[in-house]
This record gives sequence, structure tokens and C-alpha cells, in this order.
Amino acid sequence: MWAALRCVVMRDLTLAMRRRADVLTTLFFFVIVVSLFPLGVGPEMDTLRLMGPGVVWVAALLASMLSLGRLFSGDYIDGTLEHLVLAPQPLTVLVLGKIAAHWLVSGLPLVLIAPLLGLQYGLSTDALWVLVLSLILGTPVLSLIGAVGAALTLGLRGGGVLVSLLVLPLYIPVLIFGAGAVDAQVTGLGPQAHLSLLGAFLVPALVFAPWAAGWALRISLE
Amino acid sequence: MAVGQINWFKFSSPATFYPLAGKLIPYFTALAVVLTVVGLYLGFFVAPTDYKQGEGYRIIFIHVPAAWMSMLIYIVMAAYAGMGLVFNTRLSSLMASALAPTGALFTFLALWTGALWGKPMWGAWWVWDARLTSELILLFLYIGFMSLKAAIDDPRRAAPASGLLAIIGVINVPIIYKSVEWWNTLHQGATIKSSGTSMETTMLTAMLVMTFAMWMYTVAVVLTRVRCEILEAERDTEWVAAELSKSS
Repeated sequence: MWAALRCVVMRDLTLAMRRRADVLTTLFFFVIVVSLFPLGVGPEMDTLRLMGPGVVWVAALLASMLSLGRLFSGDYIDGTLEHLVLAPQPLTVLVLGKIAAHWLVSGLPLVLIAPLLGLQYGLSTDALWVLVLSLILGTPVLSLIGAVGAALTLGLRGGGVLVSLLVLPLYIPVLIFGAGAVDAQVTGLGPQAHLSLLGAFLVPALVFAPWAAGWALRISLE
Repeated sequence: MAVGQINWFKFSSPATFYPLAGKLIPYFTALAVVLTVVGLYLGFFVAPTDYKQGEGYRIIFIHVPAAWMSMLIYIVMAAYAGMGLVFNTRLSSLMASALAPTGALFTFLALWTGALWGKPMWGAWWVWDARLTSELILLFLYIGFMSLKAAIDDPRRAAPASGLLAIIGVINVPIIYKSVEWWNTLHQGATIKSSGTSMETTMLTAMLVMTFAMWMYTVAVVLTRVRCEILEAERDTEWVAAELSKSS
């Protein structure tokens, strides 16, 4: 089972590394969205400092949602997905592997570049650390929840727009507590409560989302 | 099936449920009309004026029942969706999709009347408070459910896919319900608790009557809608052909 998990992760990572442009597109989308806000609302540093955490988080939400289309669609088109569903290993584990690889490719780069963007918004070093920590806890939840949405909309007309409608409402709690953690650090309340809640989202999502996504895949492939 | 044994699943077949629903609709419609008239009369003419909020509070008789119904309908919808997934019964999935538009309507009504109530009391149409936001998410969930259902052409895939989504979304309902206790918000706390109420009796009666009125309205409307859905889903069967030739 662990061999199967490792195999799926390595396969998806190799595939992603062969097509680096896709990975970089998501990352640049994230950077561009974050840089648009100062142009839109004006360059006053005090306003930006207040908005920074929320802006970075909303951009991370949108970026990770945009990359969901690639999670299953490639495998769906070339038929690999049907073989994964038929494989003797539990589908939940295989789906978890795919989600993990997806997060490594599209979630982790966002986490790594976020401090740089936070710096542009004038966040302090402490706040930057909290931002990174909240993203590390939060972006896996986004990938996990998103996988269910991606599996449900597999191969549908206008699936890209539909997946946003399904997934964004479910992303809202993560957004609230992710951005809230950084805000709490900035205002001096301490981010522990928010970070704990983000961790509390991660655990059930880790347990239930791969299973639900596997179920959704079976429905979609029937 | 043995003689004398009740067949619990008799009405889980669309063919037997269709005429039953047709017979029930007039009763529920009548109940809804009577209860609405009584509830609105009690609410607008009998119930006393609130000492703090004046006459403006009277929108509560629409607002609170609508908000309750929006949550209740979502739970019922998810329960039907769950039954559809587990037992693979066609009627359950049809009921779930028939409930969704009414649920969305009540969610919208709760938000709309809340805005009308908020303007004079809080001085703002909308505040980003936990309860309002989670009710808004509920509206998005209803819309997501309906659009996923609409986007999938094959009904055998559409029903379980949207059903799974409905079940995932059920997490939101307790959050709305408890949000006033969990977060410090502008929205007032629950007035009716298990330990008793801080409300005047006529106010409470009017509100409960309005809730039942909306409930009966929901049943009547959903049964009407599910009859249409049954006809559409079963359009290739003989009993539908017989039914349609009988009525035309």
C-alpha cells in the first residue's frame, strides 16, 4: 500500500517536472494577483499592511483552485484513471497520493514565495513566519477539498467554472482562519488559536477528503 | 410479501408515490394558506410592540422562520441525498433535487429580510458577521448543488454526484446554527432555548405558526415539483404514458 502511494506520488511529480510551464503558470498567477491589489487600491503602506494577509490568502485560494483542473483530467483523458480505480490497492490511498503530489507541485511553491509577497506588503518578520505557517497548514486543506470538487466535475462542460462554484464556498473557513492567524499576529493577539483551528481542519480533511474524492471518481467514471 | 405485513417501501417507488403526492398537495396547500393568514394576523396585529425595536421588529415573523427553514431543508435534502446514495433509490435523489430550489429561496429570503431588518437596527444593510456569512455560504451551497446537477446530462451520474456534494455541505448547518454562540457577533443570540424563552407568548406563537406555515408551503411546493421531476425521469415508462393519456 505504501509502495503504491509512493509510486503514485513519484509518477505525478515526474509528470509535473516534465511540464514545468504548468507549475510556473500557477505560481505566476499567484504573484500577479497579489501585485494587482496595490495598483487597484493605492500604494499607502498602512492600508496594504492591513490588507496583506487577506490578499495573499485570497490569491492562494484562487491559484490552488485554478490548478485543480490538472489534478485528474490528464489521467482521465488517457485512461490511466480507470486503471487506478480498478487497481487492487485502495482507491483512497491512490487518490491521497495524487493529492499529495498535487500539493507539492502547486501548493508548496505558493508557501515558499509567500514571504516575498508579504514583504512587499510591509509585513513584519513575525507576521511573515505566521503567514508561512498558516499557508503550510492551510494549502493542503485546499488541495484536499479541491480534489473532491475536481473529481465531481470530471469531464463536464464548463467544469472549470463549475468547480469554482462548488469548491470556493468550502474554502471559506480556511480563508477566514488562515488570514485571521496573520491578522492576530499583527494586532498582537497571538496566532495560536487560528493555527490550531487550521490544524483541526487539516486532520479530518486528510481522513475524509481522499475517500470522498475516490467515491466521486467512481461516480464520474461509471 | 406475507398478508398483513406492511410494505414500508410501497411509496418509495415513483409510480406509487406520484398519485399519493397528487392527493396530498391540496391538504398541504390549504394548511399553508390558513397558517400563513393566522400567523401574519397574530404577528402584525396581535403581538405587542417591542420595547426596544418598536414596530420594526415585526419582520422577525418572516425572517426567523425563513432562516430556520433554510437550514432544515438543507438537512432534509442531504438526508434524502444520503439515502439515494446508500440505497440507490431513485425517488430520494428526485426529492433532494426538488428541495433545493425551495431551500435556496428561503435562504435568500432570510438574507433579504435580514438586510431589511439590519438597516434600521444596526444602521447597515449588511455586516460581515459570522451568522450572515455562513448563511450566505449556505446559499452558495444550494446554488452549487443545483448547478452541478444541471451540468451533468446523465441523470445516473448527476444524482449521486450532487448528492455527495450536498452531504459534504452539511458541515455548514451546525456552524450557522451555533455561530451566534461561538463568535461574538452583532447578530442577536437565540431567544428560544430549551430552558425557556425570553419572548412574549403571542410573539412566540406567531413565530411558530409562521414556521409551520412555511413548512407546509415547502411540503406542498416540493411535492408539486417532485411530481414534475418524476414524470421527467420516468418519461419512458408505461405508467407515465398511461397517466398522461388519462389527464389529457
